[in-house]
Amino acid sequence: MTAAILPLAPAPAPEPMVSVRGITKTYPGGVEALSGIDLDFPRGELTALLGPSGCGKTTLLKIIAGLLPATKGEVLVDGRKVSGPGPERAFVFQDFALLPWATVLRNVAFGLELRGVARSEREAIAERHVAEVGLKGFEKRYPHELSGGMRQRVGLARALAVNAEVLLMDEPFSAVDEQTRRKFQEDLLSLVANQRKTFLFVTHSIEEAVYVASRVVLLSRRPSRVSQVIAPDIARDMAPDRIRRHPAYLDAVESIWQGLKQYVD
Amino acid sequence: MMRLASVALVLGAWEWAGRKPVSPAFPAFSETMAAAWAMLLDGSLPAAVGITLAPLVLGIAISALLGIAAGVAMGLSSKAEWLGVPVFIVLQAAPLAALIPLLVLAYGVGLTSKVMTVCIMAVPVIVLNSFKAIRHTPVSMVEMGRAFLGSRRQLIAKIILPAASPIIFAGLRLGLAAGFIGAVLAELLISPTGIGDLITYNQSIADYPKMFAAIATVILLSVLFIGALDRVEATLFRPEKRGTR
Ligand SMILES: Nc1ncnc2c1ncn2[C@@H]1O[C@H](COP(=O)(O)OP(=O)(O)O)[C@@H](O)[C@H]1O
Ligand SMILES: [Mg+2]
Repeated sequence: MTAAILPLAPAPAPEPMVSVRGITKTYPGGVEALSGIDLDFPRGELTALLGPSGCGKTTLLKIIAGLLPATKGEVLVDGRKVSGPGPERAFVFQDFALLPWATVLRNVAFGLELRGVARSEREAIAERHVAEVGLKGFEKRYPHELSGGMRQRVGLARALAVNAEVLLMDEPFSAVDEQTRRKFQEDLLSLVANQRKTFLFVTHSIEEAVYVASRVVLLSRRPSRVSQVIAPDIARDMAPDRIRRHPAYLDAVESIWQGLKQYVD
Repeated sequence: MMRLASVALVLGAWEWAGRKPVSPAFPAFSETMAAAWAMLLDGSLPAAVGITLAPLVLGIAISALLGIAAGVAMGLSSKAEWLGVPVFIVLQAAPLAALIPLLVLAYGVGLTSKVMTVCIMAVPVIVLNSFKAIRHTPVSMVEMGRAFLGSRRQLIAKIILPAASPIIFAGLRLGLAAGFIGAVLAELLISPTGIGDLITYNQSIADYPKMFAAIATVILLSVLFIGALDRVEATLFRPEKRGTR
């Protein structure tokens, strides 16, 4: 096959699902967490935000979620400026943020409950998503009866149940053990392939970022800026073990490490 | 099982100390029970319990309602906090029993004074616990509620109050215990009625088994009330705790 002839003027890129313009965040008390972040998050893709601990990844994600006001700059979701949380975005929390007094089913249905969806309807939807994340049979259990990994599956199901187009995930797998984590990463890949949603995925693990993301955004140390955007060129339909041994995967991990090294004391 | 063993141990020690005897005024457990049985049969104990419970139940109900409302308001609004917290901290530290003569002066020796005594004993701890409970709601749970588009009212009803309920109920338990002290104190200091009367009267005629039977009744009632409170909490707010205790 001959090399494709590149058109001189590329077709205009589709509008990004989320775009962050000049976001700066200074916490009361003077900690400058973010300093002029400009980023676009393409539709239907998983973008990882990677950076040293304390650099402002959670801060950026919460600003995009509308949970935290920015000091300067704006966030556009689907072309509209956001000023608070919205139905098109759902959040997966690092510490799961489940209600300990609610069953798995009620936790998964909680977003719908807050939206006033009738009980029978929201429970039918929640049941589907409980099954989707592999927790069928645990509907009547309480969070304290589940392992960390299962709890985060509940958190994920809750975010899926409200059918948002953008999923904001803050280090969702950092509090679960290594084996569970790998299984999660594999499941996440099929989720991205099947759901046609836009994922913003915060992590501090280079391997995790390269494994799950089609684009990896590197943030510098505080006050954080975008230091690099890397798009690992890996076909996601390979078997998991083949991805982890693929030269492109290994190259991307290495080049990100070279980029981040300077921020490590 | 452990609980039963510890109860048996205490009662055994009581029996032993009463028989030794540690003091002529200290009856053994068996004597006390016999006295309680006699007072139960002649109707004096049930009548006394009924009389004591009236100001107690009334006072606790009022304290719980007002105390939780005030504490929750202070937890939710910084204005209410600014207004209320110093007052209740002072009240909690103050020796409130000293106020009883003032109450008698203002309201006489009837039910009102006794209900008020129960309230001033029970309210501060209920208010301060409710306040603390609201302030200690996990931040990420409230954030979760906001992220999933909960209104302020929904956040309070579905997240903040259930999350706060264990500490609020801990305050209620302490308030209840303080209320019991208040009720008996009122009967000892204001006008001798009910169980307080049984205690003072039997003390004056040196019928110590009966006096201790009256005291033991107060303790038993207090334990029963607290148990009922635990049940209410589990059914109303925290189903996940049912059966695990
Ligand atoms: N509420 C806050 N008030 C003041 N400083 C904060 C607050 N939250 C976070 N920070 C600071 O902002 C920086 C970025 O925090 P965060 O976004 O949580 O980092 P990351 O998620 O990358 O680890 C940290 O130095 C942290 O101490
Ligand atoms: Mg973080």
